[in-house]
Amino acid sequence: MRGGWLRVYAIGYLVFLYLPVILLPLFAFNEGTVIAFPLKGFTTQWFVELAGIQALHGALLNSLFIALITASLSVLLGICAARASTRYRWPAKGPMMGVIMLPLVLPEIIVAVSLLVVIVQIFDLPLSAWSVIAGHTLICTPFAIAILTSSFQGLDLSLEEAAVDLGESRWGAFSKIVLPLVSPGIVASFLICFTISLDEFIIAFFLTGAEPTLPVYIWGQLRFPTKIPAVMALGTLMLVASLLILSVAEYFRRRGVRRIGGKDSGGFL
Amino acid sequence: MAAYDTIEARRGWLLVSPTALFVLLLLAAPLATVVSFSFFTQDFLTVDYTPTLNNYREAFTDPIYRVLMLRSLWISGLVTAVTVILAFPIAYFVSFHVAPERKALWIFLITIPFWTSYLLRVFLWKVILGFNGVLNSSLLGIGLIDEPLTFILYNSNAVVITLAHAFAPFTILPIYVALEKIDRSLLEASQDLGESKVSTFFRVTLPLAMPGVVAAVLIVFIPTIGDYVTPRLVGGPNGLMIANMIQTQFLKLNNAPMGATLAVLAMCAVTIISLIFLFFNRRYLR
Amino acid sequence: MSAIISLSNIEKYYGEYHALRDINLEIAEGEFFSLLGPSGCGKTTLLRVIAGFETVSSGAVMIGGANMAHVPANKRPTNMVFQSYAIFPHLDVAQNVGFGLRRSSMSAAEKEAAVTDALKMVGLDGFGNRAAHALSGGQRQRVALARALVLQPKVLLLDEPLSALDKKMREQMQTELRRLQRQVGITFILVTHDQEEALIMSDRIAVMFEGQIAQLASPQELYRRPNTRRVGEFIGVMNFLEARQVGEVPDGVELEIEGLGRIDVTSAQMPEGARALADVIGLRPEALSLVYEGQPAPVHSVDAEVLDRAYYGDMTYYDMKLQGCSTPVTLSMKNLMSRQVLEPGQTARVAWEPGSLVLFASD
Repeated sequence: MRGGWLRVYAIGYLVFLYLPVILLPLFAFNEGTVIAFPLKGFTTQWFVELAGIQALHGALLNSLFIALITASLSVLLGICAARASTRYRWPAKGPMMGVIMLPLVLPEIIVAVSLLVVIVQIFDLPLSAWSVIAGHTLICTPFAIAILTSSFQGLDLSLEEAAVDLGESRWGAFSKIVLPLVSPGIVASFLICFTISLDEFIIAFFLTGAEPTLPVYIWGQLRFPTKIPAVMALGTLMLVASLLILSVAEYFRRRGVRRIGGKDSGGFL
Repeated sequence: MAAYDTIEARRGWLLVSPTALFVLLLLAAPLATVVSFSFFTQDFLTVDYTPTLNNYREAFTDPIYRVLMLRSLWISGLVTAVTVILAFPIAYFVSFHVAPERKALWIFLITIPFWTSYLLRVFLWKVILGFNGVLNSSLLGIGLIDEPLTFILYNSNAVVITLAHAFAPFTILPIYVALEKIDRSLLEASQDLGESKVSTFFRVTLPLAMPGVVAAVLIVFIPTIGDYVTPRLVGGPNGLMIANMIQTQFLKLNNAPMGATLAVLAMCAVTIISLIFLFFNRRYLR
Repeated sequence: MSAIISLSNIEKYYGEYHALRDINLEIAEGEFFSLLGPSGCGKTTLLRVIAGFETVSSGAVMIGGANMAHVPANKRPTNMVFQSYAIFPHLDVAQNVGFGLRRSSMSAAEKEAAVTDALKMVGLDGFGNRAAHALSGGQRQRVALARALVLQPKVLLLDEPLSALDKKMREQMQTELRRLQRQVGITFILVTHDQEEALIMSDRIAVMFEGQIAQLASPQELYRRPNTRRVGEFIGVMNFLEARQVGEVPDGVELEIEGLGRIDVTSAQMPEGARALADVIGLRPEALSLVYEGQPAPVHSVDAEVLDRAYYGDMTYYDMKLQGCSTPVTLSMKNLMSRQVLEPGQTARVAWEPGSLVLFASD
């Protein structure tokens, strides 16, 4: 075993990281109505209860819709920016990319507040799923760009030139060579954006309309102690779904690395 | 050579323009609007568009804003320091002491908790740290303490612990990436030139890892200012931060101009502190 | 032989940077032509101009008699072997080789046959189903060659194709490329920074410095009669000694050369069209030789001391200080069994060959 004390510390840190995550399923299957130890008996009633909550289903559908549109838009915008920055040299590239990546370091409340002011105060439009989509696309696009940039960067420029040299048009070279080679990156960034949007609360709380998103719904439920066991069950299901999505994303990323014949070096982000 | 091929430059601009337009329309323009709003006033639902500095005067004189702002900066700074200091050894461990084929697994393990619903993670920390919480009942159970610890919930300590947890992957990853980039022969060279392992760490490893540390600091510090969930759930009355006030101004008090003013001030404060931090670390970033 | 490629007055600017300066060049059909020069001299840019990946600022590119000004890279009768080989990683070997055949009018069976033939030609018979990333460097190179040649281009462009290979593999591929070129009979244009490689493979070589063609000649001509000191330095090893003209003789001039004394040179040795000679002459290491004890000293010989030596197995290179000459010179000797290898500090007599003096025109 290498690392000695560092390894002990690392394991302790992992315990710290997993502490809340482990509690989630524990309380989800706990018979007691109060979220505290000691645990009572095993039950699946909270999961059953979930199936009967109409408001929850609406929120879930709303969130899925928002996440789907957000992820699609972010990936499209991400492809444009990532390709432009890796493939071409153009004036003011540094500052422009800096502005595009800015939402990554901007406090989310700033993004939320500025969109809220514009939509409500300036244009006097009602808040809806689309206002949330606008906010989410803004914060997801930099993530998509980060993932896609590394995909595009790994591409040898002469691959594209070789395709053109062998008779393909510029579009043909892009669609037959570049797209297939970055497709794992596209899938991975889509899934990451989807997951981020699904879980985002700070912006959604400001911009959501009459139909709440899933996290906004959960926020509302947290005030009622009796609702909390069901929320725990819901959180467990969401965690499982997230992990499934991420495993798929990781699978595609690895396949991408393998396909280009490269060496695997770490995970996402 | 600052020379650009005209065709290439045109294609580059054309390609980036959808994203650029999107960001300009949905970020730059709204930000500008918020800044201008901070000079207006609002009475219930009607906004008075005469520019005035009243909001700023109020923000600087009213002690509640000053207290919240200073506390937010203090908590954010503390969260940043705690998170980065806790995270560095992990990044170092994974980069230097984990076999190459297991590194991806470790990184995956570290990122998994991050994909639990953010709200629920914060809520669960409340459960863990509470008076009858997991921590207290376990400590009581094994007889380490006689009565429940009260200094860990509904105050800024709880906020720091919870945020240190929330931002863990965001700090570990950039530091890990910076450490991975270090050519291992540099460390051997340092030892070959007579440095001990410890002094090699401080003279070679740490300076080379600084770009990752700087990135981690900014990634934690800046968004933390804008968080209102954690203070609301685990902070108690003395753990509230400026973002809670911004949220209240916008959504409860219907005072968008005051909210905008506070947002602008928070942004400025964060930017200035970040720039100062970058200035002091500039030699590592070349 | 007719010109397959004709470049006239090519200029290329990147902003302020002048990458190609007034390039005029004709390359014949079936010729093995090399663009040789140090990195940054514009040789790759020139190759990419021919391929259509770079536009020229001014000047004309003609291929097979047709002006290429408005012909994009994918419509030109040229194909390229890239420095990185650019093997498509998501396609197998046969798909890579058949990539460019998609638009041809051949039937599927004909295409397959063409791919098989091309693979056979480069010695990769039966490799069609291999994954691209499972290939070695030498095999990738062969796939890149097959992929370009299967389209039967008029000109094959090779961008430093051998630089990624180790020495043994490189030598093997040099021979093979030469063989391939004779077999298919089309024009090959090779970009390289390796002068030895250019000498071995080419019919003609254009030496480029700073975006200009410094000399365009056959390998022998280039080695024996470099037209400037810089070309002489770049191709092989050359000694440079100060010289000045001290008089005229019938059909030539008399030179005073540092360390070697006075000598008459004939006009045949003078650079073509030179009005005046440069104040330096060149002398290849093999034009100097050691005179061993017991051998009669030739007329043109001087006393010298060994400063250093480098033993290569087949040859030994000596750094010698000639009496009365401040510049050390390098000479090479074949290592015959009967020849003793001298050590630094030993003295010997050095003979030189007046016919091998290389004269340069003054600028």
